[in-house]
Amino acid sequence: MADAAKMQISDEIAIQITGMNKWYGQFHVLRDINMTVQRGERIVICGPSGSGKSTLIRCINRLEEHQQGQIVVDGTELTNDLKNIDKVRSEVGMVFQHFNLFPHLTILENLTLAPLWVRKTPKREAEETAMYFLEKVKIPEQAQKYPGQLSGGQQQRVAIARSLCMKPRIMLFDEPTSALDPEMIKEVLDTMIQLAQEGMTMICVTHEMGFAQAVANRVIFMDQGQIVEQNEPKEFFSNPKSDRTKLFLSQILGH
Amino acid sequence: MSEAFVRTQMTPPQKPPVTERGAIKWLHENLFAGPYNTILTLVSLYVIYLMLSAIVPWLLNGVWVADSLQECRDIVAASAGEGATGACWAMLRERWHQFIFGLYPSEAYWRPTLAFGLLFVAIAPVLYSGQRSTLLTVLAVVFAFVAICLPLAGAPGWWRVAPDPALVAAGEYLSATALTGIYIGALALVAGLAALTWVAPGRLIWFTLAFPALCYFLLWGGSIWSTVAVVLGLVVLGLVYRLAVSLAGVAVAACLGLLAAVLYWLYLDAPLARELSEALPLGIPFIPSDEFGGFLLAIVIGVTAIAFSLPLGILLALGRQSDLPIVKMICVGFIEFIRGVPLITLLFTASLLLGYFLPPGTTFDTILRVMILVTFFAAAYLAEVVRGGLAALPRGQYEAADSLGLDYWSAQRLIILPQALKISIPAIVSTFIGLFKDTTLVSFVALMDPLRGVTNAVRADIDWKGIYWEPYIFVGAIFFLICFGMSRYSMYLEQKLKTDHR
Repeated sequence: MADAAKMQISDEIAIQITGMNKWYGQFHVLRDINMTVQRGERIVICGPSGSGKSTLIRCINRLEEHQQGQIVVDGTELTNDLKNIDKVRSEVGMVFQHFNLFPHLTILENLTLAPLWVRKTPKREAEETAMYFLEKVKIPEQAQKYPGQLSGGQQQRVAIARSLCMKPRIMLFDEPTSALDPEMIKEVLDTMIQLAQEGMTMICVTHEMGFAQAVANRVIFMDQGQIVEQNEPKEFFSNPKSDRTKLFLSQILGH
Repeated sequence: MSEAFVRTQMTPPQKPPVTERGAIKWLHENLFAGPYNTILTLVSLYVIYLMLSAIVPWLLNGVWVADSLQECRDIVAASAGEGATGACWAMLRERWHQFIFGLYPSEAYWRPTLAFGLLFVAIAPVLYSGQRSTLLTVLAVVFAFVAICLPLAGAPGWWRVAPDPALVAAGEYLSATALTGIYIGALALVAGLAALTWVAPGRLIWFTLAFPALCYFLLWGGSIWSTVAVVLGLVVLGLVYRLAVSLAGVAVAACLGLLAAVLYWLYLDAPLARELSEALPLGIPFIPSDEFGGFLLAIVIGVTAIAFSLPLGILLALGRQSDLPIVKMICVGFIEFIRGVPLITLLFTASLLLGYFLPPGTTFDTILRVMILVTFFAAAYLAEVVRGGLAALPRGQYEAADSLGLDYWSAQRLIILPQALKISIPAIVSTFIGLFKDTTLVSFVALMDPLRGVTNAVRADIDWKGIYWEPYIFVGAIFFLICFGMSRYSMYLEQKLKTDHR
């Protein structure tokens, strides 16, 4: 179990979302989202499917566009300006449910691609960094293989390492364990816990409540495109305020 | 109720019964599995026998040495008896150079042959990145081919065609000794470059880039300065792009560069070439397009269209997916229009109509026009093929590329296109094969394609009047060889690029 007290949270603001709204055509997916994330925070977002939690974190690196309100990441506001978007994206790492590794490249090439072409890092340095992070996620021996030869858990750890190679200041996780077998969930969660202990700012959409209790300093519950409740994990799980949260918790913890 | 059982002795493995292995099993399973199957097998065998009994004697009685179709028939009748059939390959022996080169002057056959040899050196770095053993085999085969063809290509120039007195007078006729020198030099050049490809495949990419200009100069000839002046247009394009790219972005800079290059080609190209040729006359005899023919023509059009239609098709496919409405509209319009019109219509447009629209006095070579239109035609099909490949990629690949901060062009080049093109390889190669066979349609605009143009010319000769199986079989066989080669190559490529381990 990680020691939450060790993880420092600074006053510096990493992400600021004010009055944000998003529509898919006529459908109002995200309604009046206000949220501030400080550097070093570990936030878990949960909620029923279709509640807009994935859409919310995908707005943070502009994989989705918002129509109203303001999102400021690391001091850069997300607008239609492509330069700003690329800048934010290279500072914000993202891990997907289905890993999304590049199947035509080896693991090492997957890891060095963005540093080489976005950061213009020299090749040798990029490869050293890549091997460092592969060691860290405990699969350096797979460097020359292709993603298709790895297990799901290994692929997801490679995906995490791939994001880390860009030295991001914020990491977004979009249901990183929900496509994995139970045995593999642990190895991925261990990697994420390790990352949290090193002080990474993390926002994680997940249903792993054990992870939330161990690592998060804040849990956000969303329903129907809105933030319904947020609290520190101990309070959130033992003493939920809203009826919707109580119902949700009873359903996922009840079995 | 159950009874206990313990095995005391293990059974060693045995061979299956005779009826279940080897040839007997195969015959029983595949040819004589039941009464219907047996009947079908016997009927098929009979049909195969009928076909072979007609074809085999025809091939076996083939005549290679004769001066006319009538002489062929006489020889067949004399050797195999009255009423026997026999192929008259003597026609090929007499006229094969026309099937290969059309009306191209025989003393210049070394030029297309050399260009053909160099073509393989030029495409080697593109086709085989990093696999030396295969590369070496292919280059060795091509080298052997060129080594055989160069003297053969020279042959009519040596012992059949009398030198044109006008050329001799102008000092442009090459003596047999000079020709021999050229052949040896050409062979050495191809061999040297092939060796270089083997040593350092990556380095030769410069040769690949320069090859189109070199090939043009070899095939059409003329003053070297006109080729150089045309290539300078690309330098203009590159310079303008370099200057503009930091200010205006990739797409705008590319458009500006293209505009500058077109302006250069329209107004500066010709005068510059003229001045340079007057200052320093340097070149080889010019050969006009209407002397091109046969497989030379088919391969020139086919290879050019293949090389240029793929990049154009990719751009069109990307443009069709663009968020910019005008770009999207232009691409969709282009694709749908070109695909909706028969190729022959486009060829007629190329050969007849364009002349009316171009400014008076502009000479725009027929083969060049046909090449451009065939390229457009293939590009429109390829655009749809590539679009299929793009659509087959999971959205996650785009998102992963975006989330790493790659910009649009890097993401396309490094992530999206390598995968999309890999998926589309079979369809792309199908399009290429179709395109190559479609080059025979240029006979409709009075170019001398191998299938109709050359064959008709041969059959118009009083000596060979009435011959039809042999030329079509010959041309068909060469087309088959080339297309089959492309198909095999695509399978090799698929195998090589297979990394998904499914």
